[in-house]
Amino acid sequence: METIIFYIISAILIVFSVLTVTTNKILRAAVYLLFTLVATAAFYFMMEYEFLAAVQLTVYAGGIVVLIIFSILLTHQINMDLEKSDRLKKISSALIVLLGSIIVIFTISKYPFIPGSGIEDAADTSINSIGRQLLSYGEGGYILPFEVISILLLAAMIAAIIIAKKEKE
Amino acid sequence: MIEGIDIQHIIIVSTLMFFIGVYGFMSRKNLITMLMAVELMLNSININFVAFNRYLHPENMQGHFYSLFIIAIAAAEAAVAISIIINLYRNLHSIDVEDVNKMKH
Repeated sequence: METIIFYIISAILIVFSVLTVTTNKILRAAVYLLFTLVATAAFYFMMEYEFLAAVQLTVYAGGIVVLIIFSILLTHQINMDLEKSDRLKKISSALIVLLGSIIVIFTISKYPFIPGSGIEDAADTSINSIGRQLLSYGEGGYILPFEVISILLLAAMIAAIIIAKKEKE
Repeated sequence: MIEGIDIQHIIIVSTLMFFIGVYGFMSRKNLITMLMAVELMLNSININFVAFNRYLHPENMQGHFYSLFIIAIAAAEAAVAISIIINLYRNLHSIDVEDVNKMKH
């Protein structure tokens, strides 16, 4: 059962990724991107990382896609077609991408992935323990990157306001 | 861990997604669609982190936390990129990469 669901979600992921980068209407590209992000959240749910899936849904699907759609509305006419890039550019980038993915997939299928010693005792993935781990100073604590991220978010917020605000004439 | 699925399958899916993002980044001209391609790539990397964490070392959760931090960084990056795009549109009335050959004005 889970195998079938996995393959369905993979198919959705790949098909909508392709549609995101090939469709001619920009608003449709944003909506297809939303579908790929939701399918990724489904992957996280299947791997039992519920908190990460919730963060993916709220930040990516709820935040970034809405931001992108707003910027499309501010800069485009909705039903305008995108300018087509030339055929040579498309073919050459497709060739490069095909070559790269073949090499990587070949390497992955050859490589023996050996699980570590702690494969039997999976960590507690409840939100309670995640919160404790994020804010702990001891071993396995993530207080430093947590604080650095908060400063980064503040800096990005101020930068976005300053760049996007209208200059006074 | 998903029952009946090897780690290779998940990584192959995320590899395909990453290279589709690379294709979009190289073939598109519009800045917003290029930003969408970058988001696709970041997202596929997150899948990789989570899969390695879940299949190879489930006893500690480094991959999980790295994915959380990458999502936060992606949000910050999207906010700054979109404000730059809106500013460019206000000054140049176009957001094609070929028209943006000077950032100073």
